[in-house]
Amino acid sequence: MDTQQIADAPPPTPPSAAEQKRAARGATRPGDRIFLGLSRGSGILLLVIMAAIAGFLTYRAVLAISKDHGNFLTTLDWNTGANPPVFGIAVLAYGTVVSSIIAMVIAVPVAVAIALFLTHYAPRRLRGPIAYVIDLLAAVPSIVYGLWGALVLVPNLNGLFGWLNDYLGWTGIFSWQGGAARSMLTVGILLAIMILPIITNVSREVFRQVPQMHEEAALALGATRWEVIRMSVLPFGRSGVISASMLGLGRALGETMAVATVLSPDFLIHGSLLNPGGGTFAQNIASKFSEATEFGRDALIASGLVLFVITLLVNGAARAIIARRKEYSGANA
Amino acid sequence: MAKRIDVSGLTAYYGSHKAIEDISMTVEPRSVTAFIGPSGCGKSTFLRTLNRMHEVTSGGRVEGKVLLDDEDLYGTGIDPVSVRREVGMVFQRPNPFPTMSIFDNVAAGLRLNGSYKKSELADVVERSLKGANLWNEVKDRLNKPGSGLSGGQQQRLCIARAIAVEPNVLLMDEPCSALDPISTLAIEDLIGELKERFTIVIVTHNMQQAARVSDRTAFFNLAAVGQPGKLIEIDETERIFSNPSVQATEDYISGRFG
Amino acid sequence: MSTASSLTAKHPSTLRGARLPKWAPWAIAAGSVALGVGISAAAGLHSNIQWALIAAILHVLGTYVIAARVENRRQAKDRVVTSLVWVAFLLAVVPLASLVWSTVQRGVKVLDVYFLSHSMGVIADSEPGGGIYHAILGTLEQVGLATLIAAPVGVLTAIYLVEYGRGNLARAVTFFVDVMTGIPSIVAGLFILSLMLMFDMEPFGFAGSLALAILMMPVVVRSTEEMLKLVPNELREASLALGVPKWRTILKVVLPTSIGGITTGIMLSIARIAGETAPVLLLVFGSKFINANPFEGAQASLPLYIYQQYGSGEATAYDRAWAASLTLIAFVMILNLVARGIARWKAPKTGR
Repeated sequence: MDTQQIADAPPPTPPSAAEQKRAARGATRPGDRIFLGLSRGSGILLLVIMAAIAGFLTYRAVLAISKDHGNFLTTLDWNTGANPPVFGIAVLAYGTVVSSIIAMVIAVPVAVAIALFLTHYAPRRLRGPIAYVIDLLAAVPSIVYGLWGALVLVPNLNGLFGWLNDYLGWTGIFSWQGGAARSMLTVGILLAIMILPIITNVSREVFRQVPQMHEEAALALGATRWEVIRMSVLPFGRSGVISASMLGLGRALGETMAVATVLSPDFLIHGSLLNPGGGTFAQNIASKFSEATEFGRDALIASGLVLFVITLLVNGAARAIIARRKEYSGANA
Repeated sequence: MAKRIDVSGLTAYYGSHKAIEDISMTVEPRSVTAFIGPSGCGKSTFLRTLNRMHEVTSGGRVEGKVLLDDEDLYGTGIDPVSVRREVGMVFQRPNPFPTMSIFDNVAAGLRLNGSYKKSELADVVERSLKGANLWNEVKDRLNKPGSGLSGGQQQRLCIARAIAVEPNVLLMDEPCSALDPISTLAIEDLIGELKERFTIVIVTHNMQQAARVSDRTAFFNLAAVGQPGKLIEIDETERIFSNPSVQATEDYISGRFG
Repeated sequence: MSTASSLTAKHPSTLRGARLPKWAPWAIAAGSVALGVGISAAAGLHSNIQWALIAAILHVLGTYVIAARVENRRQAKDRVVTSLVWVAFLLAVVPLASLVWSTVQRGVKVLDVYFLSHSMGVIADSEPGGGIYHAILGTLEQVGLATLIAAPVGVLTAIYLVEYGRGNLARAVTFFVDVMTGIPSIVAGLFILSLMLMFDMEPFGFAGSLALAILMMPVVVRSTEEMLKLVPNELREASLALGVPKWRTILKVVLPTSIGGITTGIMLSIARIAGETAPVLLLVFGSKFINANPFEGAQASLPLYIYQQYGSGEATAYDRAWAASLTLIAFVMILNLVARGIARWKAPKTGR
């Protein structure tokens, strides 16, 4: 009925008239249905993939954990070839968390400062090119970071590590026995460099959205540039910076190759950040994989499942903050 | 504390574009001076040169002199931050700090300078809010966010924030253009009271408003789009609206163009 | 109206504050760098990182002390933040510059036509020679297949979300696309691995493509969504009002309008997965030989080649790893540049 009415209507602009008539004759409905089906199907496929990832990982993980004679959460060992097998993720969880925290402690302030640099401090003519350079940082593959980290960064850190040992060694956290600087701190520094671009880019977007009028309000009161930032820019951008940081954290938690190339792993929890050793979920999978039996692979999958859940939580939290911020700023606009 | 503003030969640019050219005028203290003129004639730009806000925009620069009493705002060694403290500004759209309470909004300018006592601060906030005719409406919710107020109240909050630091001059850039008629009336009444204490310069699109609130009126115009805006004449408001000396002013006021 | 002259009571200027001259920040910077180098030389420190840190700390402190003495506390704070922000910027530039410099400098050593056109066939890690032909071939095939899967699924999903998406299904898809963006690449690899364990399969190129496709899909969805949202609704309505069915409106009006941006998004996501190593390590395993068939047998890939050459620990292998890195970076950067070029070229012309 509807299509009939459209067909009866006088043909509008000439060029499309013929096409429109053909379209209106009712051939449209299957076409629409197929197209909707295809696009909706793709969306559903994505959901299915996500469900399958969770499902299959859980299945293989259960296979492995059910035969684990250690405690999967607390055992400080990864011996899947032994009889009975004994393995646990305590060392990996510790290493993953510690390296990510170091990365965040370094990267977040620097990234926020660079974002401010790009929006408020850099000479206007330089802003575009610098933002582009930051984008390039993001485009460098992680394996290249790893190679650079292992062959350039590590030898250059010896001096810094010696220093930290001399002045802060008494804390225990910064004590160092010497040797190659292939430790959690090195990993943290490298991860910081790698997550810098994503935190910078999201923060810069947020800072750029600060309404001009809020900044002018502070300026007109006789605020210095820093005071304008403190009064107008940072309060407005705070939640954005938090979610940017969490996106960066998600990256750092799951990074594999850069850690695998730089870290000299063992399966112990070390108090010092400077001595080599420890491991992360992703690094452990990459390093142990090639020698693992099928059962060993299942055990690695079990640790991967933990990593999957952690990154899901972190990313979910970041997205939730962004979503809430949208509502909040919408109400005030 | 009201001060006189003496502008001579002022030209302002946006990059290579000349926005206003060779403007000279005197703004008397304790009076209201209104700037009128068609859109794009540079009256807002000129206003922003009076507290060095113009140079905040990219490529904004200024030639000429702006004397505040005897001191050139553009002289060497002058700190633009101090200039803006002495020459306050109220904007077209009310812009209270969204994350701050009403109290903190008013106190914001004082806190920047650091030297205040807590009790003093409360006094100044109360005095400023009273000065902006807002005290009675907000005294019970000083800790609520300023963004929860109505548009007219927000604008008066911004005025309170501006006068809290006791500036010498108050610049208003179309302060009522985003407000309803009742709020507009409240602001206009307020301007009448504030001129007892401050030198006030107001940019307005609304000629009735200029006639109602101002003592002197300056008419700006531009020869053509893309040409710099110029000051056509400045005189007592009464004369501008009854018997201007330039034909263009009369044409504009009588609605023949613009 | 008023007799103004009587009001101009004289009082000390409040507008004029002592100001540091314009060159002061540069002088402080130069001074602290000189001091930093001097102290390091005197103390016999060898690492560049140390003298740079000393200089940075001296710069920030020096700025504060000098500004606080000459100007005032507020100005000093402002200047300190300015110097901190500059230091942070330099802090980010240094690693990038070092990375690019060392990759180019060490990469050009063995990078030549021979390197690009030969495999590692019979070359031991400790020997010079060999090349990355097999790795380039593997990467191109794996990434190409991944794109063939991910691009259509991603674009169609974005179309669903923008053009049809209402209700719970769309909301769920949006949410899980966000979640999927955050999946670590190694987890995607483990997922395909768990499937392969199920069916007792040996590593092969296409398995890697599947994992890469999982990583690529959400990126394509996001960027395509952004582009489709930029198409003005008036355009859709104009077409629909002519009686053109919705699917033809999307194909003939919406997609052509946004095709530049969509292409850019797909190319950027290709650039991203081309550098992924972890899933390839798990699923494709790597090989020294040329294997043109992505559906059977282990294959090499460029990022994996870098990892394995690095892992062998031989100086000759390091050279090859750097040369392969240079090739990979060049590939990724060219994709980036072309993608951005397309974006600029196809961008809707605005007045500005």
